[in-house]
Amino acid sequence: MKILVCISNVPDTTSKINFTADNTAFDTTGVQFVINPNDEFGLTRAMWLKEKQGATLHVATVGTAAVEPTMRKALAIGADEAIRINAEPTDGLFTARQLAEVVKNGGYDLVIAGRESIDYNGGMVPGMLAAMLDWNFVNTCIGLEIDGDKATAVREIDGGKETLETKLPLIIGGQKGLVEESDLRIPNMRGIMMARQKTLTVMDPVDMEPGTRDTQYEKPAPKGDVKLVDPGNLDQLIDLLHKEAKAI
Amino acid sequence: MKPDLFESPDYYNLDDLLSEEHKLVRDAARSWVKRAVSPIIEDYAQRAEFPNEIIAGLAEIGAFGPYIPEEYGGAGLDQISYGLIMQEIERGDSGVRSTASVQSSLVMYPIFAYGTEEQRKRFLPDLASGKKMGCFGLTEPDHGSNPGGMVTRFADKGDHYLLNGAKLWISNSPFADLAVVWAKNEEGRIHGLIVERGMEGFSTPETHNKWSLRASATGELIFDNVKVPKENLLPGKNGLGAPLGCLDSARYGIAWGAIGAAMDCYDTALRYAKERSQFGKPIASFQLQQKKLAEMITEITKAQLLAFRLGQLKNEGRATTAQISMAKRNNVDMALKIAREARQVLGGMGITGEYSIMRHMMNLESVITYEGTHDIHLLITGADITGISAFK
Ligand SMILES: Cc1cc2nc3c(=O)[nH]c(=O)nc-3n(C[C@H](O)[C@H](O)[C@H](O)COP(=O)(O)OP(=O)(O)OC[C@H]3O[C@@H](n4cnc5c(N)ncnc54)[C@H](O)[C@@H]3O)c2cc1C
Ligand SMILES: Cc1cc2nc3c(=O)[nH]c(=O)nc-3n(C[C@H](O)[C@H](O)[C@H](O)COP(=O)(O)OP(=O)(O)OC[C@H]3O[C@@H](n4cnc5c(N)ncnc54)[C@H](O)[C@@H]3O)c2cc1C
Repeated sequence: MKILVCISNVPDTTSKINFTADNTAFDTTGVQFVINPNDEFGLTRAMWLKEKQGATLHVATVGTAAVEPTMRKALAIGADEAIRINAEPTDGLFTARQLAEVVKNGGYDLVIAGRESIDYNGGMVPGMLAAMLDWNFVNTCIGLEIDGDKATAVREIDGGKETLETKLPLIIGGQKGLVEESDLRIPNMRGIMMARQKTLTVMDPVDMEPGTRDTQYEKPAPKGDVKLVDPGNLDQLIDLLHKEAKAI
Repeated sequence: MKPDLFESPDYYNLDDLLSEEHKLVRDAARSWVKRAVSPIIEDYAQRAEFPNEIIAGLAEIGAFGPYIPEEYGGAGLDQISYGLIMQEIERGDSGVRSTASVQSSLVMYPIFAYGTEEQRKRFLPDLASGKKMGCFGLTEPDHGSNPGGMVTRFADKGDHYLLNGAKLWISNSPFADLAVVWAKNEEGRIHGLIVERGMEGFSTPETHNKWSLRASATGELIFDNVKVPKENLLPGKNGLGAPLGCLDSARYGIAWGAIGAAMDCYDTALRYAKERSQFGKPIASFQLQQKKLAEMITEITKAQLLAFRLGQLKNEGRATTAQISMAKRNNVDMALKIAREARQVLGGMGITGEYSIMRHMMNLESVITYEGTHDIHLLITGADITGISAFK
């Protein structure tokens, strides 16, 4: 089995988010980048498949050279090879198109992406990728077992779980539940040393115009002061919810 | 114990000076400390017990002999990586860092630097994997700052050496599988010997009731006519310079480690000051608290620069003993002062085990004493700049 984990490089959740150039660009000063958490769950699940069932594990990203530390970490965790498509991932369609090229030429049986990236939260890449490849697709995946060319996937649905049977080749949009937080791999020294020798292939992107372009970012308005309403004055509460909070 | 919310301060964007691999090594150690050390360490410290369960993890993150070449089981990393690992471990606890320092710089280093190829092959891989733990016996009851006066002795008995004497204040001694022991031969020359647990006449009683480094085991080494095989003598170097060479390496690690303890205290105090309200506003809004916090981050930043430059010099093999003394002395003192100030920022909460500050503060009282006291390091700088030793 040959597995590809798609990795998006995202700001650490503790980062302070700021914009520059008149609110048209994300300010990366002092921001630490990490493997997108949804992808990290997928990467660990892929490591288990590799270790227990024997699989070749590649990781791919669409990004500039600045994302290489994230790829090196994935190699230190245990991926066999890394591929970087050398381009800014300017929108979901562009990203999916680049990844589709990697998948087509790589002979993969299983592609593990994340349900969404925690930076732009598009949630589009895995679905578009599946459509481009015409592969089976399971999103919001919280469990995955592979037996030969059969796959059993568990999905999170409103208030419950859904178990599906499907066949390889398959793309999943994974999330927490594939493995738990305490299962996430911390690279060990042997892994870090071995990562020095592993291949990180840089590929040119397929030429295409992005479909969308960001023109403006806006931060949520700061939270106002809490207003306390006397329990005897429910009319005032309803009035505030209606006129000020516009919640009802 | 509160959850570990640590966010590392980097006021001067020093991360830009680190390589990709430095950061990978540092972040791995940091994640491991958050996962494996922070949740358990307070409990072990309160019970004054060494957390045996973390030995395997320490080995995994490369804390045992990070700069020892790969062929002997080490990680073959540079000195800055070694420093960063020590920083992250001490961010968790100075006692855990002590265990790692001793294993790396005081046990593996002398075997690597002064041992035979046979000794390296026999001991280093097991020490790197944590399968065997070691300790370092230099200090004696009557010879601390003046180790050259030691009285532990060995005599050549033809097919073995006969070792007699006692060492005190030895980190890891109660559970160590082997000890690198410094003793004088019949001519009064200091040599290193590897003494193994189980040798007849060798015992390691534990020192109890410490208020500091409570999660690290400290004890004695007692040699009562111990027969040490001749192949256990480290032949590569003798004289006081041999153990002092090991101390250079360990002190360098401490200069980084102390930054970790200071960062943890600062980070805790900063978060607390922003959350805790008195007189209707966060205590962080009062000038007196800002002064403390501002001075802490200033001192941490200076210490980081000192350690980083020293790391470059060490990588080039140019760091002098006196330069290392300056960094050890400055950074440990800086960390201890920050711990005391940070503890006050937390008011009454600062004295409880809910937060790590008081534990760091008590730990640092040992760190400022061992590996050369605060005073002795000052005298080393003094002797270096004046050319006149004020020791004796
Ligand atoms: C410098 C920069 C400029 C940008 N400018 C724009 C812009 O002008 N307009 C705009 O719409 N968006 C812009 N983006 C955001 C861009 O759309 C997203 O980073 C990317 O397309 C995917 O985000 P998403 O949230 O849709 O991914 P999702 O679909 O939420 O991601 C789901 C999963 O897809 C995979 N994945 C996502 N991204 C990648 C990747 N890069 N490489 C490999 N796998 C990936 C991961 O497995 C991830 O978990 C910009 C991003 C950057 C870094
Ligand atoms: C928890 C802990 C762990 C330790 N682990 C180890 C270990 O693993 N291996 C090991 O070998 N040792 C270890 N030590 C011992 C440590 O290195 C010594 O405690 C230290 O060197 C000081 O020696 P001393 O305690 O005998 O103090 P002393 O040398 O008696 O010093 C007492 C005071 O006198 C001052 N003083 C001494 N000489 C002078 C001078 N010439 N001029 C001015 N002031 C002077 C000192 O600065 C100090 O303030 C450990 C100590 C502790 C507390």
